[in-house]
Amino acid sequence: MFATLRAAAVVTAASATLLASPAAHAFCGFYVGRADASLFNEASQVIVVRDATHTVISMQNDFKGDAREFALVVPVPQVLQRGQINVGERKLFEHIDAYSGPRLVEYFDPDPCARAERDRMFKSQVAAAPAAKPAAPMQDKALGVTVEAQYTVGEYDIVILSAKESDGLETWLTQNGYRIPRGASKALAPYIRQNMKFFVAKVNLVERAKTGLTWLRPLQFAFDSEKFMLPIRLGMINAQGPQDLVIYLLTKNGRVETTNYRTVKLPANMDVPVYLKNEFPAFYKSLFDAQAKRENLRAVFTEYVWDMNWCDPCAADPLSADELRQAGVFWLDGPAAAPGSPPIAPPPAGVMPRRMPMPGGAHQVMLTRLHVRYAPDTFPEDLMFQETKDRENFQARYVLRHPWKGDPNACPEARGYLDAVAQRQEKEAQTLASLTNWRIEDIRARMSLKPPAPRNWWEGLWKQGGAK
Amino acid sequence: MEAGRREVSVALAGLAARLPRIDPRLYQIAFQATLLCIGVVARDFTLRWEQMALAFAAGLATQILWTRLLGLPRVGVLSAVITCFGLSLLLRADSLWVHPLAACLALSAKFVVRINGKHLFNPANLGVIIGIGLLPGAWVSPGQWGNDLAYAVWFVALGAIVTQRARRWDISWTFLACWLGLVALRVAWLGQSWNIWLHQLGSGALLLFAFFMISDPMTIPNRSTGRAIYALVVAMIAFFWQFVLFKPNALMWALFVATPLVPLLDRWLPASRFVWRAPASSPAPDKRLHAPTLG
Repeated sequence: MFATLRAAAVVTAASATLLASPAAHAFCGFYVGRADASLFNEASQVIVVRDATHTVISMQNDFKGDAREFALVVPVPQVLQRGQINVGERKLFEHIDAYSGPRLVEYFDPDPCARAERDRMFKSQVAAAPAAKPAAPMQDKALGVTVEAQYTVGEYDIVILSAKESDGLETWLTQNGYRIPRGASKALAPYIRQNMKFFVAKVNLVERAKTGLTWLRPLQFAFDSEKFMLPIRLGMINAQGPQDLVIYLLTKNGRVETTNYRTVKLPANMDVPVYLKNEFPAFYKSLFDAQAKRENLRAVFTEYVWDMNWCDPCAADPLSADELRQAGVFWLDGPAAAPGSPPIAPPPAGVMPRRMPMPGGAHQVMLTRLHVRYAPDTFPEDLMFQETKDRENFQARYVLRHPWKGDPNACPEARGYLDAVAQRQEKEAQTLASLTNWRIEDIRARMSLKPPAPRNWWEGLWKQGGAK
Repeated sequence: MEAGRREVSVALAGLAARLPRIDPRLYQIAFQATLLCIGVVARDFTLRWEQMALAFAAGLATQILWTRLLGLPRVGVLSAVITCFGLSLLLRADSLWVHPLAACLALSAKFVVRINGKHLFNPANLGVIIGIGLLPGAWVSPGQWGNDLAYAVWFVALGAIVTQRARRWDISWTFLACWLGLVALRVAWLGQSWNIWLHQLGSGALLLFAFFMISDPMTIPNRSTGRAIYALVVAMIAFFWQFVLFKPNALMWALFVATPLVPLLDRWLPASRFVWRAPASSPAPDKRLHAPTLG
């Protein structure tokens, strides 16, 4: 996508690349740090696996309150059997988040005199965390509500409900101790009209004690649906301000985008000041805030699109076949996952955290990571998706370029190089200010940069050299 | 700001009225170019300039070759330019060959698939359908315009002028009325928030379709009654596609699927065929265009 006719972002990226060309041919390096998963408050994470009508959804909760208060209500197209529901591992989310998160890479300029190179790079990433709905115990079926099925899976008690009208459902949920917000019936009604069922989960305290875990594990369910969508409207009933949602979509063929909202790639692949090395989470958070605001909370952002067989650079290893299956990728049992075919190339020796694609591709899995910040008025409809045939990779990658530090008089090239570095750093400061809306003066101060001296338009016009 | 826009569109309309002899297709080309610029500058269209250049090269070459091959009078390349702009606005691909191939096939169909001297398929629509239906690595991003009302106003203002110049503006409004009516019924029936209806109303893809695709006067019924029926049918198919089958790109597929209705409606409700460059006031069309019209 770098050669495309893309907005102002590309202009910035292109100019940054021009100024920072010395080490651009080598692409290797290693990790620096990683951003904390709690970066985005009020965030949920969802993995959606989809091919044809088969759909597997995993929902990760970061519910921190009293487990008795926890409840999850998700509209589903059919009554789910016990075998269609599973409790997964939180590790899975941590891994897929680490693999696909925004990253920082780092290069070191070569000595302009010696041409000796030390290329390195870094990265890290960012994650998110979920939200839930309040609840309590249940009692009875009435009010047009039918308990279609009832299971205990892991630490969850799950009921599948069907309802005739939304007021009845709201009353039923309230009577059964689910603390659903006022006005819920209005949001539930459209799903009832479409004959959808409701997957309602709460925590079984006895079973939870047996797990010995202090957190709630992700709930997963598999079903068939013509609709490639994610119901986000229910989560907005009691929303206080905008919410964040990170969606990992695993598909066979190509990138996924929303059809009823704009899907925008985050500005990426830009040079930013090296002091961000220790502040990447704060930087990325500000960047996302600024971009979301710029789009008036009306766009869905693409953070990562990659073939699951490889990565370059790798923020984490790609998911193994086993992990993919845990996530719900159901098509791996075919010839693609034949025993004996190593799923991933071994990591090359040295410090290069990258994995090259296997010829033919070990798994046929594309990962699209979307990040949406939504508010009730800017996202009036549930998210509708389509899988495109686009297989072009994309990652939210930001580049640090460490200048060579040496004697300006070491060789004739050194002074020219240092002048170019000064220009480049000013450009980096401007890029950072534009990406994050941080004050340029503060950035320059952090970088110990002087504001560029005002320059007369005619300076350098005739290259007069030393002539006085 | 809104008032300013209204003034601009009124001024444009006034200007258009004073320049009756300019081929309406030139207006359409100007507006499509404007939209493409907006898309590329303000909306991050994943369109490469090479794809666009190849689409135009292949499209124009196809038009010229077929005109010469069939020994047709020189009808110019304006329609081909419109088709190429349409494909650039709508079709996305991860390779360079999809756009030229789609342009070539779409424009060839204009010369080959003809019924009673009128070409059957809307070339841009056919190109898009060939892309998403047959070619690997091609897709349409219906969400690419977003739902900003400002854009919606622009679309309407620009589109209305273009279609008025082309004298077949009725189908755009009929289609919009039918489609938005069906969406309104659905919203009411499901008890959804009316913001959903407004969201649909502000969809750039919808307005683009209504004003720049279905309005092509050469591939819609000649009689206004026929056009009204056609608009209704397209809206119903699109509604079924989107809200019953839950498939993407409903508008594109609906227009394609409904295309065979056009010759049937023309037979049932005959009327004189549309001719480019014939101002409403002058009944005698340009002689050079009397022969097979290839708009």
